[in-house]
Amino acid sequence: MMIALPILFPLFMAVLLLMNRSHNYQKVVGIAGSLFTFGIALALFVTVQRCGIQVLQAGGWEAPYGITLVVDKLSALMLLISGFIGVAVAVYAASFVPSALISGRFYLFFHSLMMGVNGAFITGDVFNLYVWFEVMLMSSFVLITLGSKRIQLKGGIKYLSMNLLASLFFLAGIGLLYGKTGTLNMAHLADILRNDSHPLLMNTSAMLFFVGFGIKAAVFPFFFWLPSSYYTPPVAITAFFAALLTKVGVYAMIRFFTLFFVQDPIFWHNLLLAIAGLTMLIGGMAAASQYEIRQILSFHIISQIGYMIFGLGVFTPLAIAGAVYFMIHNMLAKTNTFLIAGLIHRMRGTYQLKSMGGLYKSYPLLAVLFLIPAFALAGVPPLPGFFGKLFLIKAGFEAGRFLVSGVAVVTGILTLFSMIKIWNEAFFKQSPTEIHEECQHEKLRFAELLPSIMLASGTLALGLGAGYLYDFFIEMGEQLLDSTQYINLVLNK
Amino acid sequence: MTIILLIIFLGAAGSLLIPRQLDRHKGILLSLLPLTAFVFYLIKGYHMKQVGPEITSIAWLPQLGLNITWLFDGVSLLFLFLVSGIGVLILIYSNSYMKHDEGRHRFYFFILLFMGAMLGLVLSGNLLVMFLFWELTSFTSYFLISFKHEYDKARQAAMQSLLITVMGGLALFAGILLLGQMGGTYELAELVEKGHLIRFHPHYFPALLLILAGVVTKSAQFPFHFWLPGAMQAPSPVSAYLHSATMVKAGIFLLARMSPIMGGTPEWKILVSLIGGLTMFVGAYLAITQTDLKAILAYTTISALGTLVLLFGIDTQLSVKAALIFLIVHAFYKASLFMVAGMIDHKTGTRDINLLGGLRRLMPKTTVVTVLALLSMAGLPPLLGFIGKELIYEAKIQTPGIASVVLILGVASNVFMVWVSAMFGYRTFFGKLGTTPKVANEKGWELLFGPSVLAFGSLALGLFTNSLGQLIELALSTVRAQPLHVEIHLWHGFNQVFLLSVITVAAGVFLFSIRQKLLPVLAKINSRFFAYRFADLFNRLLDNFVKFSKNKTAVIQHGYHRFYLMTILVVATAFVWFQIYVTRGWDIQYDFSPIPFYVLVLTLIMIFSALTAAFAQNRLTAIISMGVIGFGIALIYLFYGAVDLAITQILAETLTVVLFVLVIQKMPRYAKFSSRKSRVRDAIIALSSGSFVTILVLNALQIDYNDPISDFFIKNSLPGGFGENVVNVILVDFRALDTLGEITVLSVAALGVYTLIKMNKVRK
Repeated sequence: MMIALPILFPLFMAVLLLMNRSHNYQKVVGIAGSLFTFGIALALFVTVQRCGIQVLQAGGWEAPYGITLVVDKLSALMLLISGFIGVAVAVYAASFVPSALISGRFYLFFHSLMMGVNGAFITGDVFNLYVWFEVMLMSSFVLITLGSKRIQLKGGIKYLSMNLLASLFFLAGIGLLYGKTGTLNMAHLADILRNDSHPLLMNTSAMLFFVGFGIKAAVFPFFFWLPSSYYTPPVAITAFFAALLTKVGVYAMIRFFTLFFVQDPIFWHNLLLAIAGLTMLIGGMAAASQYEIRQILSFHIISQIGYMIFGLGVFTPLAIAGAVYFMIHNMLAKTNTFLIAGLIHRMRGTYQLKSMGGLYKSYPLLAVLFLIPAFALAGVPPLPGFFGKLFLIKAGFEAGRFLVSGVAVVTGILTLFSMIKIWNEAFFKQSPTEIHEECQHEKLRFAELLPSIMLASGTLALGLGAGYLYDFFIEMGEQLLDSTQYINLVLNK
Repeated sequence: MTIILLIIFLGAAGSLLIPRQLDRHKGILLSLLPLTAFVFYLIKGYHMKQVGPEITSIAWLPQLGLNITWLFDGVSLLFLFLVSGIGVLILIYSNSYMKHDEGRHRFYFFILLFMGAMLGLVLSGNLLVMFLFWELTSFTSYFLISFKHEYDKARQAAMQSLLITVMGGLALFAGILLLGQMGGTYELAELVEKGHLIRFHPHYFPALLLILAGVVTKSAQFPFHFWLPGAMQAPSPVSAYLHSATMVKAGIFLLARMSPIMGGTPEWKILVSLIGGLTMFVGAYLAITQTDLKAILAYTTISALGTLVLLFGIDTQLSVKAALIFLIVHAFYKASLFMVAGMIDHKTGTRDINLLGGLRRLMPKTTVVTVLALLSMAGLPPLLGFIGKELIYEAKIQTPGIASVVLILGVASNVFMVWVSAMFGYRTFFGKLGTTPKVANEKGWELLFGPSVLAFGSLALGLFTNSLGQLIELALSTVRAQPLHVEIHLWHGFNQVFLLSVITVAAGVFLFSIRQKLLPVLAKINSRFFAYRFADLFNRLLDNFVKFSKNKTAVIQHGYHRFYLMTILVVATAFVWFQIYVTRGWDIQYDFSPIPFYVLVLTLIMIFSALTAAFAQNRLTAIISMGVIGFGIALIYLFYGAVDLAITQILAETLTVVLFVLVIQKMPRYAKFSSRKSRVRDAIIALSSGSFVTILVLNALQIDYNDPISDFFIKNSLPGGFGENVVNVILVDFRALDTLGEITVLSVAALGVYTLIKMNKVRK
């Protein structure tokens, strides 16, 4: 039963948040709810570590007939990290989301989004995954447009329509897949397809899924929705999106292409690597050319997605482990940089690099807090970005994928450039003479910095503890590449 | 080993906690840290000859071959002495130099951090760990160069140096990974034994290029030398420490480490000596025309680094020996001169040699120290510099193959060095007293302490060469990977080499004496051939890159929504069609015979409606036609017995049509916005994406892996789900979780709409 809690509990929270509109009620319940969600994820994680893959046949209908929920190492880890980030964002939102939006039930949509994300991570059913994608899509659309400023609506429409296109491809893929195989259960699919003698038959369906997830994950050339919409809502919401939305797409891709779309590796891995290389490079170049913090960071998300796809395309345990490690690192660091962008905005009243400065002198602690995720993203050892790249590039070299590994190396310098640019302009440069009067915040309160501190500690732990965590990630990579255990557990063989 | 490093790193953090009362002595207090390290290494190193090198290893990520291995041998000992020893002097110097600087706490923090990183770097016996420290030195250097971060120039120079060194660092990283893959380990000690395997590996050359990229950028080799003069934006102690004595030598250190693993091949010899030779000459030449004391020193540093690289490229026993000695020589005189330059800047308020002059009367002690250091730089006896230069000449003469070229470049560079030394000394301390912003004095013993120790050290080591010989012997044996015996003499007798030395000095002095005529000529040459300053070129390159990226980004992220959708559709369609093409072997059965008449008519009506919608001249027609399609689908459901689905479909369709009709009233009149061309384009896209769906559906009908699970639903609906309506049972029982999710979607949508409208009201 505990397995269903990551879905049911956020739903329960959403219902609770419906009860009362008062500002304080929303805040307290919202934050407490995020804490409990994290607690549940933690408990599940520990259980999976101790007892292996957890399976729940929802409603008692045996697989493949009912809907199966499965928590393996990857799912458990994703739940854990998104729960952790959820807490940080929930706390941050309390002081950074305008109070009108809090009474407008920000936290309700926050939890419904969490529900969709968690559902996507633990479901073992293809159609059920689609349902969770819809929950995510609707919640995130409401969040983007919350406050209904003109720019938000504009971004929101772009976001919605491109993601609906993704849903369309996804749904078409499901229909075809069901038509071909007569089943929706992932493990069952894997079981049917692994003894398949016609490797090419699945490719057209796989392509539909690839496009659907590719749009969600914002890979080149499907990423347009991300830079169009991410800079429009309040920054707490963007930070939450940065952690979760694209990563669910990447997660789904990893799941599908390790579990059952494994018949035609040559074509798929080459395609994935080509897409990965282009995504890294173009995202990185675009990020380097921007002068609005949120835009830099948004384009940079895309660039980093490329690394994860790169790991999937190399397809060795080390590469998959690297991809997931890199994803976790990115969720922590990227969210943190967005949170800090919000803090900067509070101090300076702008997101434009050209009109800010002097933050190092006035807020040295903030400077240190920025440097941790920024350097982590830039791959400075011994922060996690370095280890992520070490795993990925080493795996790439070992697999003889020199070209795309080279792109991964070169993209590193673009990331560094983007981060140093923010640092130079926002922190080091002399403060421009006029700072908006109302933005002259005397001091940052601890509660405002706490989420950043949390995430930064997460980043440090991930980097410095890489030696301890390595085995976990490799085991996860092996678990993903050898699906026998997963299939047998779900199908009760 | 680890403890000493920890002490330094903790000291860096601790330096921020030193109480205010002790602020005045902060530098001296902190200098105890490197002093401890120095003494520790001295004691340990004393026994090295008997005990041999020491390797200690702590597992970090052993699965990937990443261990914190400390390799304490001759090469590391040499560098450890330099880093910790000069570190002591620099901190003492800083005590006075940085006294009134507001950011001194930051300065001490970063310089100690750097010191720890540098010590770690030269102690690393594992390439990955070495890379870690390598990057750390680059970043601490960034923070030290940008010390005066509110000045645009400092920020720009810092960023430039960081980008270049990190670019090289990333190449080095790739090179290390390749090397590790070839040798199966990242441990230096093990790699040395696999050298032959690596040198004949097909990946040897790319790996060499990548690693050399690291060396070239870090050690400021041509054409990446330009970041070093830029780095002079840093406070003088930093220039003396990082940018002449230690950090820039990291590349040389790496060469020394790589020499027994990758050295000895023609590729190595040609590439390394070519880079080194060029840098040596260009650096020395550019030094002459500078007028800023620190810039002069920066360019001579570049030249010296070039010499060192060249010597490793020549790759004979003699050349490596010369390199190791010259390393010490250079560190001694250059750190000393930089400190003096900083002191002059501090005391007079300028570093321009055109403004300076005659300081010997105001700063007599400084004059003596400087002249000693300069003599060492010029390579005159009895200073250490003389030994260095003699050995270099000897090594160059015995270069296999290209001796003459190397020798000519070498002599020319040394002539320039003599000239620069003469100029530096004469223009600052002799002649008429210059008009400087401040009147100089010599107060503050801390400022002169470091330079004196180093200058007199050069003298002492030149006269008593024994202890130096032992150190060099240890280092040389490590680099050449065989036990060797080294003896160093000041005097080699009247031979070819000595003759060269005499010529060099004479020519240098002669050129200095006719400089009034020569400098304008040089200036003219420079303005013609060196019109582009590399630093500016780099900046322009960077700007262009950013501009280029910006343009490309604007092309991709253009802001037109419909083109985004179109791009996604076109790419996706192309991908799917490609797959259909690949799988074309599976032919489709065009057998429509079992389709009943009703369905056929219905389908035809739907197709007709679709076409009507596409060609409709007003909105209402389009919407109604679309509605017809929806109702048609409902009828098909009905035909196959899915009553619930049909009802749902009819309800949804009705609602949609009604809503649409309501909305259109508010919209402007229907007009044709798109040209004929774009309509044709849209039609093609629509047809090609529609047709792939058709083909895929037909295709799917042919493929049957498994009996569908729906059979189970039909069988178990009544006995298991207690319902006769299978669809209902699926919705509320078999797949209840889906339904829960869909309910959530709808509720969220409803709430979202509610909130949206409400917020608008509140605002109004």
